[in-house]
Amino acid sequence: MSEEKARKVGEVICEQLVDAGKKDSDIVVLTSDSRGSGSLVPFAKELPKQIVEVGIAEQDLVTISAGLAHSGKRPFAVSPAAFLTMRSIEQVKVDVSYSNTNVKLLGISGGNSYSVLGSTHHSLQDLAITRAIPNLEVYMPCDQYQTVGLFKYLVKSDKPAYIRIGKKALNNCYSNPEEAFVKPGKANVLRNGKDVALVAMGETVPEALKAADLLEKQGIKATVVDLVSLKPLDTELLSKISNEFSDIYTIEEHSIYNGIGSAVAEVVATSGSAKLHILGFPDAPAIAGTQDEVFSYYGLDGAGIAKNVEKSIS
Amino acid sequence: MDVEQLEKKAIEMRKATWEMIYRAKSGHTGSDLSCTDILVALYYKVLNQTPETFKNEDRDRYIQSKGHAVEILLNILADRGYFPKEDLLTYSQFKSPYIGHPNNHIKGIEMNTGSLGHGLALSVGIAKAAKMDDKDYHTYVLMGDGEQAEGSVWEAAMAAGSFKLDNLTAIIDHNGLQITGKTKDVMNSEPLKAKYEAFGWNVVEIDGNDMSQLVDVFDLKPVQNKPTLILADTVKGCGVSFAENKAEWHHKVPTEEQYKEALDVFDKELEERK
Repeated sequence: MSEEKARKVGEVICEQLVDAGKKDSDIVVLTSDSRGSGSLVPFAKELPKQIVEVGIAEQDLVTISAGLAHSGKRPFAVSPAAFLTMRSIEQVKVDVSYSNTNVKLLGISGGNSYSVLGSTHHSLQDLAITRAIPNLEVYMPCDQYQTVGLFKYLVKSDKPAYIRIGKKALNNCYSNPEEAFVKPGKANVLRNGKDVALVAMGETVPEALKAADLLEKQGIKATVVDLVSLKPLDTELLSKISNEFSDIYTIEEHSIYNGIGSAVAEVVATSGSAKLHILGFPDAPAIAGTQDEVFSYYGLDGAGIAKNVEKSIS
Repeated sequence: MDVEQLEKKAIEMRKATWEMIYRAKSGHTGSDLSCTDILVALYYKVLNQTPETFKNEDRDRYIQSKGHAVEILLNILADRGYFPKEDLLTYSQFKSPYIGHPNNHIKGIEMNTGSLGHGLALSVGIAKAAKMDDKDYHTYVLMGDGEQAEGSVWEAAMAAGSFKLDNLTAIIDHNGLQITGKTKDVMNSEPLKAKYEAFGWNVVEIDGNDMSQLVDVFDLKPVQNKPTLILADTVKGCGVSFAENKAEWHHKVPTEEQYKEALDVFDKELEERK
């Protein structure tokens, strides 16, 4: 793991887009009054002809992006994840997925990261809906290196994708982009242990690593899997661990329904023997609090995950 | 083609569409007949596009936002040589790509449509790309008047005005009817002219079933910095007297008797124009 300081994923993405946009004028960024929260002000300053502002109109954001892509542009449509995947989901289904346009949907301030702004601004159902849409890759980078690796792939890829990111600076889980992002559908094993498997993605990856450290002190050795992409899903690795472990825990910043736990369950149920424990947000509006407080409340932080594992392993 | 030839072509296309819907027992009959003249004008006179140039970057683009009127579009594309006419015998059949809404696996179809309220924003994206790349192609989009109740239409109308897209022409097939009844009763979107003008558009009103007016309006030079809306007054079911101006014909399939009756009329009209 790198000793470099934690970085906000949004800032890293902006650097990658500026870099790619300078080399390829077809790279365009569309924002819905969201360039500030999307950390894209530097992009707008450096490449003013490659940013399109559509105003607070998320449906339009997606469809205009599809139109641009149809005429050869490589648009990144940026909007808070909550609006991008709910307000505009029919546009995603029809104009991006069905028409097969090369639009990258960048959901910013995702999951619970808007914290005390309330459920209007939380995206805790976005993975459920995006992973059910054909022809759409789904990513949630967990640190700066994975973000770099992922975006080096995305600026060249011709496939539509949804990428959800949060707001806070993320501790490093990797040392370089190459190990952090190999290819779509390739999960990474960050830690090897024989007693239990923890499967996470995005902001829960660092928490799973913390949990593994805490469990180690109790003599429990955990394998930690970073899914990297929810779609395509690394079913080969999941199938393997579902036969190697008697208990698998999934940890997600998402509803317990139809997200990472459900995706893993679909593999375990059909090809494995492990018992699956799904940790996530309950079927209710999230309580108020900072993101850290809320993670702790729902047992999604390192300590909460470790406690849950100890209970069932013992 | 001159106006007379275009008018004759419109009868042929109405006839082909009528036959296809009867054969398949499926289709949006009234909607197809309403916009036939507009599509004939576009595909035989206006669009800088052929089957050979369909993938060229500089081709004019046509987006059919009112995707349900797909039968007339498919017949015109077949007649223009985008694919063999025989292919349309599979319309609405198992595994056929020729389905009840535009499908971009078919040559000549730019984008999938069918869910209303998408076409204008797609066209804004396409026209904006042309501006960004300094290209001369023009983008045309056909909407229904019932479709104007979709909020996304107005997001796109606002963007087209703000982006000053004078390379974009929208046409509203303004027949005043939708599936439930009169558009002004179902959800009144009028006055459309004033609304679009307020959104920064140049609006021209015409009779959308009059070929000479269509030819003339498409000949007009764009107003600088403004997208153009052609508010085309049309008759739903136009060309089949018993189906005209009746909401029930939105997607009604003719009976055998009705089928033959209209076919006779089409044949007579074509005979007169020989």
